[in-house]
Amino acid sequence: MSAATTLPPAEVTKRRARGGRLSALVTRVWLIPVVVAAWEIGTRQAASAYFPPPSQIVARAYELWFSGPAAHLFLTDDALGDFLPSLARLFGGWAVACVLGIGLGVALGRSRALAGYIDPLVEFGRAIPPPALVPLFIVIFKLGTEMQVATIVYGVIWPILINSIDGARYVDRLHMDTAEVFGMGRAQRLFRIILPAAGPKIFAGLRLSVALAVILMVLSELVGSTDGIGYQLSYTQMNFDLAGMWSVIVLLGVLGLVLNASFLAVERRVLSWHRRARQTT
Amino acid sequence: MIRRRVARGATGVAVLLIAAELAGRTGLVDTSLLPLMSTVLARAAELVADPAFLADVWGTLIVWAAGLLIAVVIAVPLGTLLGSLPRAETATRPLVEFLRPIPSVALLPLITLLIPDDSAIKMTAVVYAAAWPLLVNTMYGLRDVDPIAKETMRSFGFGRLAVLARVSLPSAAPFVLTGVRLATAVGLIVAVSAELITGGTAGVGAFMIRAGAGFRTDLVLAATLWAGVLGLVANALLLELQRRAFRWHAATSGELS
Amino acid sequence: MLDVVNLRHTYGQGPSAHHALGGIDLKVAEGELVSVVGPSGCGKSTLLRSIAGLIEPTDGHIRIRDGHVTGTPGDLAVVFQDYSRSLFPWMTVGENVALPLRRRGMGRAARRAAAAEALAEVGLPGAEAKYPWELSGGMQQRVAIARALAYRPTLLLMDEPFGSVDAQTREDLEDLVLKVRELHRMTILLITHDIDESVYVGDRVVVLTKSPARVAGELSVDLPFPRDQIATRELPAFVHLRAEVGRLVRAKEPLPPFHASQQA
Ligand SMILES: Nc1ncnc2c1ncn2[C@@H]1O[C@H](COP(=O)(O)OP(=O)(O)OP(=O)(O)O)[C@@H](O)[C@H]1O
Ligand SMILES: [Mg+2]
Repeated sequence: MSAATTLPPAEVTKRRARGGRLSALVTRVWLIPVVVAAWEIGTRQAASAYFPPPSQIVARAYELWFSGPAAHLFLTDDALGDFLPSLARLFGGWAVACVLGIGLGVALGRSRALAGYIDPLVEFGRAIPPPALVPLFIVIFKLGTEMQVATIVYGVIWPILINSIDGARYVDRLHMDTAEVFGMGRAQRLFRIILPAAGPKIFAGLRLSVALAVILMVLSELVGSTDGIGYQLSYTQMNFDLAGMWSVIVLLGVLGLVLNASFLAVERRVLSWHRRARQTT
Repeated sequence: MIRRRVARGATGVAVLLIAAELAGRTGLVDTSLLPLMSTVLARAAELVADPAFLADVWGTLIVWAAGLLIAVVIAVPLGTLLGSLPRAETATRPLVEFLRPIPSVALLPLITLLIPDDSAIKMTAVVYAAAWPLLVNTMYGLRDVDPIAKETMRSFGFGRLAVLARVSLPSAAPFVLTGVRLATAVGLIVAVSAELITGGTAGVGAFMIRAGAGFRTDLVLAATLWAGVLGLVANALLLELQRRAFRWHAATSGELS
Repeated sequence: MLDVVNLRHTYGQGPSAHHALGGIDLKVAEGELVSVVGPSGCGKSTLLRSIAGLIEPTDGHIRIRDGHVTGTPGDLAVVFQDYSRSLFPWMTVGENVALPLRRRGMGRAARRAAAAEALAEVGLPGAEAKYPWELSGGMQQRVAIARALAYRPTLLLMDEPFGSVDAQTREDLEDLVLKVRELHRMTILLITHDIDESVYVGDRVVVLTKSPARVAGELSVDLPFPRDQIATRELPAFVHLRAEVGRLVRAKEPLPPFHASQQA
């Protein structure tokens, strides 16, 4: 006699749904524990100094960052000293690039003449690989936060700019005509028509830029910094602390994953109209 | 229309160059930090005839191209396999999602410890970075194949491999090429980053580090100009290739107009 | 109210140029409802876009209340032919209808109430929270009409506004337009390809020729008000007018009146 037969039908379906979700989750992520286990066994067997087993990496990460006092959310001073400056640069640079990129992009997208003058410069600017500007920024800004933020802004702005131009340029003619006929002012057109219409494109650019921002944050900190996650990376390397180094790598993977997931969550909310409209047609 | 675009573009470039020159000449910016535009352009012209610089450019190109090639050879077949086996795709997806965001720049310190050879270090980083867009786009392209087309082929009695060769791969090809374009851009970024970080002796990045250490911003900027030209040429070549190879795709998606 | 003189418009230049309007003269009095009919592709939408100031005609004048139309005149509303693209997919139906009312200086609550009322009038009560793409084509078209009506313009331009609704709704909407015109003293220019409709709603029917469009002829519709979907359409005068418009559209010589009445 199974307990389910005595349950009310609603409860049964709920349980089934939960079971279904659980099994769906299992079919999706089963490979991860398998890979981690295989990695653990393999590295223990090989006993290479360069490839510490995952358990050791986790222990080192805990020791480095998460064994702090409860008042600091268990974060150690090292963690606070490394994460906060890095994240501040990351988000600061990204925010500046967003404002500049979207603002300039919409202006260029809406004005054919302006775009005509600026287009070749944009094409050239985005063709320069951003790290190539690091040596210049080092000379101009010296080593430090300014140089790092400049690197992030320069590297991240292009996908935002290009996509904003594209999105603003191809707003449906009839949308603009409707706005004109009903006498909408400039600000209203910008915020209620152009930006929403260009939204899907702009978000595509923003998503690309998040990944780039992490790369450039690490790069700029590796090149010259006295704090931050990238600094931690070069510090562990110099001290031949391989478990520590792997911890930083894993941490950066998690950071990228979390950033991407939160970004997608925001995008889903903001652009839900777009997703659902596309499903219906 | 086109002539006007060219005229405007040329005006824009000229205005920027002249403004930069004037800013230096009037003392608005410190020329010891940012040299005059004319100086930079002159240096850039000289660099073309500088064998040391050309060797550096060549070094970067080799790392970049070889890295891309290896990434294509690894990632495209793997993406094809995973993309045509839905179960394998669902199983590996979380793994891909976790490995992909690890910036390959962050792997450089580790790779440096593991591999002694300078250009092999850089190449490994380029391969890692370039493989992800290739893999993901290939998988996506294969998943996106019109099921009706596949079923039509099956209904005529074609086997799995024939369907793959005649329907799935051709229709996924544009996505793969998009992956190649993304990989090319990321590959150049990582190649130059690696040169900056590993402090190797060859490559445009190494050239810039040396010039920067000697406060020769004129040389740094001149090299930056050439790096931009490199990026422009690569992108133009790939766009042209994409256009020639997939006229039909561009025409249906309206990307060309 | 509206005065169009010798309006010409050519799309493009050189050998690929297309002469859409070949010199159109048209007068619409204050409070009048003029129907415009013409074969498909003749240039009706082009005429309407010129009046709305959305394209600059190649030649000719447009005057609204003695003011030359240069930009888009204020106090004007348009129901576009391509209604589904003229609604904003990122706004709900209610927001779409209420958006232009900001210009009327109405508060938030007043805008909402006006939108709800207009939507109820076109037969979509309670649809405010839906998105345009959740509605059928005919419903979207009615939202576009509601938006124009809620705006209460003095001049309303409608481009085949009832094209994709069912016959019953179409008749209701025709009556709604007549009622709203009566209530708010609007001047309306209504483009349609339905000859019956042009006669039923119009004070006057203007027929355009094939492109380049010119005025092929005009007919005054002196049918009694209020009009009724069944009774008006039964009137011999209605049947006669309908035949006349049909003849003009088909570019045949109009027959003498007695001929038509004999047939009827
Ligand atoms: N932007 C444009 N560029 C070039 N030609 C155009 C353009 N818009 C319209 N035309 C042409 O002008 C002619 C008139 O177009 P218009 O849209 O005014 O016709 P219409 O009478 O409204 O047709 P329908 O009854 O099908 O709506 C058509 O032949 C069309 O191809
Ligand atoms: Mg039309």
